[in-house]
Amino acid sequence: MYEVIITRPRTLAEAIDLLGSDESQPLAGGQTLIPTMKQRLAAPETLVSLSGVKELAGITRGDGEITIGATATHAEVARELADSYPALAALAGNIGDPAVRNRGTIGGSLANNDPAADYPAGALGGNATIITNDREIPADQFFGGMFTTALLEGEIITAVKFPLPDAAAYAKFDQPASRFALAGVFVARFGDVVRVAVTGASEEGVFRWEAAEQALSGDFSAAALDGMKPDAVGMIGDLHGSPEYRAHLVGVMARRAVAVAAG
Amino acid sequence: MTEVSMTVNGRPVRADVPDNTLLADFLRENLELTGTHVGCDTAQCGACVVHVNGRAVKSCNIFALECEGAEVATIEGEAAPDGTLSAIQQAFQDHHGLQCGFCTPGMVMSAKALLAENPEPTEAEIRAYLKGNICRCTGYHNIVRAIMAASGQDVSNIAAE
Amino acid sequence: MPADGGIGASTRRREDVRFLTGQGRYTDDINIHNQAHVFFLRSDMAHGRINGIDISAAEKMPGVLKVFTAADFAEVGGIPCGWQVTDRFGEPMQEPKHPVLAEGFVRHVGEPIAAVVADTLQQARDAAEAIEVDIEALPAVVDMAAALEDGAQKVHEDLKSNLCYDWGFVEENRDAVDEAIRKAPHVTTLELVNQRLVANPVEPRVAIGVHDRADDEYTLYTTSQNPHVIRLLMGAFVLGIPEHKLRVVSPDVGGGFGTKIFHYQEEAFCTFAAKVVNRPVKWRASRSEAFMSDAQGRDHVTKIELALDEEGHFLAIRTSTLANMGAYLSTFAPSVPTWLHGTLMAGNYRTPLIYVNVRAVFTNTVPVDAYRGAGRPEATFQLERVIDKAARELGIDPVEIRRRNFITEFPYETPVALTYDTGDYHATMDKLMELADRDGFEARAAESKKRGRLRGFGVNCYIEACGIAPSNLVGQLGARAGLYESATVRVNATGSVTVMTGSHSHGQGHETAFPQVIASMIGIDPSQVEIVHGDTARVPMGMGTYGSRSLAVGGSAMVRAAEKVIDKARKIAAHLLEASAEDIELKEGRFTVKGTDKSVAWGDVTLAAYVPHNYPLEDLEPGLEETAFYDPANFTYPAGAYACEVEVDPETGKVTVERFAAVDDFGTIVNPMIVDGQVHGGLGQGIGQALLEGCVYDDEGQLLTASYMDYAMPRADDLPFYSVDHSCATPCTHNPLGVKGCGEAGCIGSPPTIVNAVVDALQRAGHDVTHIDMPLTPSRVWAAMQG
Repeated sequence: MYEVIITRPRTLAEAIDLLGSDESQPLAGGQTLIPTMKQRLAAPETLVSLSGVKELAGITRGDGEITIGATATHAEVARELADSYPALAALAGNIGDPAVRNRGTIGGSLANNDPAADYPAGALGGNATIITNDREIPADQFFGGMFTTALLEGEIITAVKFPLPDAAAYAKFDQPASRFALAGVFVARFGDVVRVAVTGASEEGVFRWEAAEQALSGDFSAAALDGMKPDAVGMIGDLHGSPEYRAHLVGVMARRAVAVAAG
Repeated sequence: MTEVSMTVNGRPVRADVPDNTLLADFLRENLELTGTHVGCDTAQCGACVVHVNGRAVKSCNIFALECEGAEVATIEGEAAPDGTLSAIQQAFQDHHGLQCGFCTPGMVMSAKALLAENPEPTEAEIRAYLKGNICRCTGYHNIVRAIMAASGQDVSNIAAE
Repeated sequence: MPADGGIGASTRRREDVRFLTGQGRYTDDINIHNQAHVFFLRSDMAHGRINGIDISAAEKMPGVLKVFTAADFAEVGGIPCGWQVTDRFGEPMQEPKHPVLAEGFVRHVGEPIAAVVADTLQQARDAAEAIEVDIEALPAVVDMAAALEDGAQKVHEDLKSNLCYDWGFVEENRDAVDEAIRKAPHVTTLELVNQRLVANPVEPRVAIGVHDRADDEYTLYTTSQNPHVIRLLMGAFVLGIPEHKLRVVSPDVGGGFGTKIFHYQEEAFCTFAAKVVNRPVKWRASRSEAFMSDAQGRDHVTKIELALDEEGHFLAIRTSTLANMGAYLSTFAPSVPTWLHGTLMAGNYRTPLIYVNVRAVFTNTVPVDAYRGAGRPEATFQLERVIDKAARELGIDPVEIRRRNFITEFPYETPVALTYDTGDYHATMDKLMELADRDGFEARAAESKKRGRLRGFGVNCYIEACGIAPSNLVGQLGARAGLYESATVRVNATGSVTVMTGSHSHGQGHETAFPQVIASMIGIDPSQVEIVHGDTARVPMGMGTYGSRSLAVGGSAMVRAAEKVIDKARKIAAHLLEASAEDIELKEGRFTVKGTDKSVAWGDVTLAAYVPHNYPLEDLEPGLEETAFYDPANFTYPAGAYACEVEVDPETGKVTVERFAAVDDFGTIVNPMIVDGQVHGGLGQGIGQALLEGCVYDDEGQLLTASYMDYAMPRADDLPFYSVDHSCATPCTHNPLGVKGCGEAGCIGSPPTIVNAVVDALQRAGHDVTHIDMPLTPSRVWAAMQG
């Protein structure tokens, strides 16, 4: 790892101020950033640690929605939403492993937008709103392809707001080595509207599978997706699976998620 | 260099360290607590698992400075002051839950975190919880048995010894 | 369980206390005062010509003591190969030089080009980034078949081709085998890949070189399975340091699995550099470095043909294998696809004619050498897969076809040069059928089907040659070392015993099991016995731990030395008891005059040896310490039968192992708990090979699986509980304990079990699938089901 200066602001204003320089980067749980820095693939001069910033912590429940502070760890979300939003709790509770879940945060995961991460599917499928220090960004406008988001320089996620769905579930098929998603599908039904978001599969990162959404909005059952799968063109092909296999898995995982959600 | 202070196994410690010092290196090099091991670069092997404020973390994947003021527990603090092994440690010995011993500190610390959350886990729950701890020696059989035994479950019928 | 904690007791391991409390002492836990750190600049290119290396900027960086390149090693030998294979035309193999730092060319990703020694690792790494290397890319040789084509790019310009050797065994059988196959009523053919694996002990390799200027003595601390072998290879062949000036220490080692047998460049570098910079030099591999520099395993591509008569009796076997050596010959690499593989092709069966052809190939990949099982898993996999396929083709039950061909009379001389001393393959199969509850399979399969899962049953046998090895035999076969073991048994004045053994323990529990043997022999408590290993300054000689040899060879040496000690003690006792030595027997820690109640305690005899006031000084020296070297008369032949049940998820292709039963004949068992653990660990690795693991290079020779993000290590939730049994014991007939070795069996026997079961599951579901190459990842199984 290169040398780095770590600052530990206590307030959001301080953090934003420290992030003003080009060479500084926010540090959330660090579960992706630190390994990258160890490999010397990232070399920020300054890390602005967000773990002590009070405004970013905590989970609050409002009317029909839940707001999760950016530094809420996966373990916190898994524990605290177990009753109020079990699909999201289950998603968070199956990221990485227990020790990673005690450090990794929702804000860090969404800002990184790894194409095989779980939270992007939860946020997009769950129709979340990403709240930053500056504005509110609907999930539909937040994700911009692998490792790319709508966040601007110096802008950080402060919280993520999830409307509570009528039904939801996440089904994930693990890449055998990394245990990231080879294909992960989050389905959520809000009244007649169904959202289906897919991670792990596409070269463009997380995406909404609109054909499945349409099929499910009239008939929210696994059978509604029988025989369906997204086009293999544009799917990731690597040693863990071909584009065709990933496209197939998306169909399977979507049906399994719907079966649980409709169950 | 930045000063960092924390409590490790109940003992207050303080040192000046470069900011990029990872907790694992701080423990191993500054405090000479070499029971915490490092086996990979990608936070997957789990040999470095310690507890920070009561929660299991991968000490190779957290900066020492992020542990300012924290309570840190490592394998060296698990046995009683007179050397008596903890129930988990004793179960690992009784059920041959270790061979080369390199992954063992992380396994024990993960097992401790599991039993704190879930006092009587099933086989499947144990296996799922150990996803982030790689052992190359045991095929996990006796690790899972040891943890079941440490939680008071009868493991005599799982396989003959 | 014996009450005395001797042979046969599941004694808890004494080494566990230090490992469980964080008090283990692994090489990386050692820091020498004033040590410097080395960082290796490694090639990111698989093949290239080095046109120049500019170290001038790096040398000026803060903290840098010296930047080394190949030029600094001009007077130093290359890393030696310890085994010379002779090809089927009588010619020696092609053997390229293996430099400490790349000389003129880079030949695999990860090959060290330069090394920076600095005050801190951070400084060394910073400086390494300032080294400018001008490398001209050359085409990478990756595919073995393409590497052997005429006009193929060569890995080594100075060699004739990429062929290391073309080995035939038994060459005299070649025509007869061809003839038998031509005439056979039925021939089953299978082409398969035994994929490349990475051993991945959780402890990465570490080396610390120390040079004492005052005495010109070197010490190397290293993560090795055999410190004496490193002393021999590095001292004699690389650095020219005589044994008395070179100490090699392997303290606690965090797993080896073969890959820590070999002598590596980093060890030689740290030892050499310590003198040059006049500071201790430490190196610790990162995991990604381990993926690029630890010798890898397996990587065979094979075609096997099995000829049978109408009743399924085996008539002949012919195999043709390409074996990947990687870019250079690692220490024992040439022996693995030949003598550790071809000689095992008879398996547990009477097959009158066998011919094995192996062509070993150089490629621009990390060197390949022994990994747990080493050659024997490759042999077992081919044989047990082709038998399974033949059984299906002939409509014979897979257990029945094996039984029909079992060797039943011992000693049995195979057509591939081994003589099995003992075994009972029907008994192990009988036990397996009971343990695996084959009769209950159909009911479980029906239950799986209800849940939408496809269940399959897989079964196979294995045999291995362990207790490596008779020195005169392996010498004829090309080994450049003896493969005996030595032990010194030192009895202290008060009767406690210190055993210095050349076997090295890195998880196998020698510190617990070896004392059980001594305790049984003398009749003292095991706590009175201490084992010393892993230090050339404390143990006179040793060949180390690999090939499941520790107890069979190292334990035998210890027994021989203990016998000498007891023999001398008996003479002392005879003197004290005023009787003839022939009339003295040692039982439960006392020497007794047979048929009388006259006796003297072990401790009184040992005290007399060191306080020789009443002592036969005219006939015996004082003291009680003996050394023995034990050279085995034959290999040992652990054998067994394994069965498993898998479930396949037809929608995703994911395979889960639902049941696994292993019945092994290891001969005498000293500590059943430890033996169970060895089998469990082997099964974990074998199932890992079958379902998860694979080391993959792309066409440019780039390593695609360079971390645990892409190399799938078996985790707890990938594996089941195992049912293991070793009650069908036929003790080895030619070593004093009757032990056979148990370290590799699980890893050797289990890959075909899994693949046989998956093929069974798919065929039962109507899929026309006869083979899937490992690892049977969900995507491969799914693809196979798509037809």
